[in-house]
Amino acid sequence: MVDATYSPRPMRFKIRNLRLWLPLLWIVTLIIAAVFAPIFAPHDPLAQDLMLERLPPFFIDGSEPGHLLGTDSLGRDVLSRMIYGARIALFVSVIAAFSTGIFGSTLGLIAGYYGGWWDRVISRLVDIWMAFPPVLFAVLLVAVIGTGLTSVIFAIALIDWTRFARVIRAETMVQAQMDYVDSARIGGARRMATLLSEILPNVLPSIIALLALEMGIAVIVEAILSFVNLSISSDDPTWGSMISEGRGAIHFAWWVLLFPLIALFLTVLSFSTLGEGLKKQFDPVLK
Amino acid sequence: MTDVMTPPQPALFSIKDLHLSFPDRAHRPLFGTAPRIEVLKGLTLDLPEGRITGIVGESGSGKSTLGRVLVRLLAPDAGQVTFDGKDIGTLDEDALRPLRRDLQMIFQDPMSSLNPRHKVWRIIAQPMKRYRRGGTRADALKALEKVGLPESFADRYPHELSGGQRQRVGIARAIALEPRFILADEIVSGLDVSSQAQVLSLLKTLAKDMGLTVAFISHDLSVIRHLCDDVIVLNHGEIVDSGPVQTVFEHPKSDITKALLDAIPRPEINDSWFD
Repeated sequence: MVDATYSPRPMRFKIRNLRLWLPLLWIVTLIIAAVFAPIFAPHDPLAQDLMLERLPPFFIDGSEPGHLLGTDSLGRDVLSRMIYGARIALFVSVIAAFSTGIFGSTLGLIAGYYGGWWDRVISRLVDIWMAFPPVLFAVLLVAVIGTGLTSVIFAIALIDWTRFARVIRAETMVQAQMDYVDSARIGGARRMATLLSEILPNVLPSIIALLALEMGIAVIVEAILSFVNLSISSDDPTWGSMISEGRGAIHFAWWVLLFPLIALFLTVLSFSTLGEGLKKQFDPVLK
Repeated sequence: MTDVMTPPQPALFSIKDLHLSFPDRAHRPLFGTAPRIEVLKGLTLDLPEGRITGIVGESGSGKSTLGRVLVRLLAPDAGQVTFDGKDIGTLDEDALRPLRRDLQMIFQDPMSSLNPRHKVWRIIAQPMKRYRRGGTRADALKALEKVGLPESFADRYPHELSGGQRQRVGIARAIALEPRFILADEIVSGLDVSSQAQVLSLLKTLAKDMGLTVAFISHDLSVIRHLCDDVIVLNHGEIVDSGPVQTVFEHPKSDITKALLDAIPRPEINDSWFD
């Protein structure tokens, strides 16, 4: 029978949602730290002090009170460099993920919905693209177009669009088979309108999940390129360059390497977990 | 047309020698094109205006394919599909779009035919907006009221409705455009018996009130008997029996019709449900 009483379910805090809240907490912390880096960082990230080189973190004997996570071989404060490094990591991840996502998803939607020659051309392009080893490709690309953040972002988008294109193409093909697509046609919708207002909302959760994942990947790629000195100048504090510098001194100053590594690990993990969590959150049927 | 066979009512749809085939991908040779399976083998039929015509047959008989040709989701290989004096069989999508307002369809599976991301009112209002026949929330509410759903359903998503309610939304969307023809493709096969009866009686009432021409596809003759005025029996893409329901049921011409009649489960649907 027809049930007239209806109220939307209230948002409830569930244990399952921890998978959403914990990564979100870390990422928000990171964003605040990055935005207000000059306030939070106890020192200038570039200031060298050779008298205070390789100071250990606070819980080890011989540490200085001002340097919570110790200093590196040039006497630069590790914590301050990490906080400033978060700026670069987040900037790269957001810009790179969105450019990659928009480019790759558009191609995926077109291939999956229009099919035919569109699909053949785009799918072959994806196959060819995926035959390149991605890191080598990135290194080559940056070596050719020059170093710098813009190059890094460009390289990520140019290499990783296939991830979006493949997944969104498959998802679009599934959605295109649904009767609501025929319904839209019966209801007088043009093909483009059907794609944008009927199919796109149904593949959007996958795009969002992939975006979060891609942000994690972008952080890693930026770190890799910093590691091999192909990102921005090595003086600038990035997690990758810190790991790279810390590598040489790992036996007597492990903290220089370990702390940025933990930050990198947590960030990548948070982004990918958040992606999965968001996908579920956005799905009205699963929720 | 001056034909001696002209039916008493003017035909809204007139179909002549309709052929349609699909590529048989399962038997595609390693090289070359797939062989084609003929699904509709030269159908000739009329759908008289203002009547409910049942299209019945076993699965694979081509009844859904025929339906999809009527609303031109599929294009025929050969033959004429004349709607209201106009051959729509060969029109392209741009030419069809203005006509689609008159050619609506209710789908078998409302879970799949209602976009899970859109609210009920938007599902109903969107086609109205495209054809400039309103399209506000209030217009959608009016359509909902016609199918017996209260206002509170407007802001729900399809998955929050029961099967019968979803199918009512499907009906509301189709009638909101005030079409001349509605194709109902197995619209009650996924519903329980009491929802079936409610949805069927709703469709019958609306069709009579609005003077709609309806093609009602079903594999269930007991449903056809109570709902339809005429019936067409399909088997392997050919018409084996057709005529007013009464005549076909009392004097079945083919063994297929007899077999389908024997398959009607008892107890039968009560006539009073449709009053």
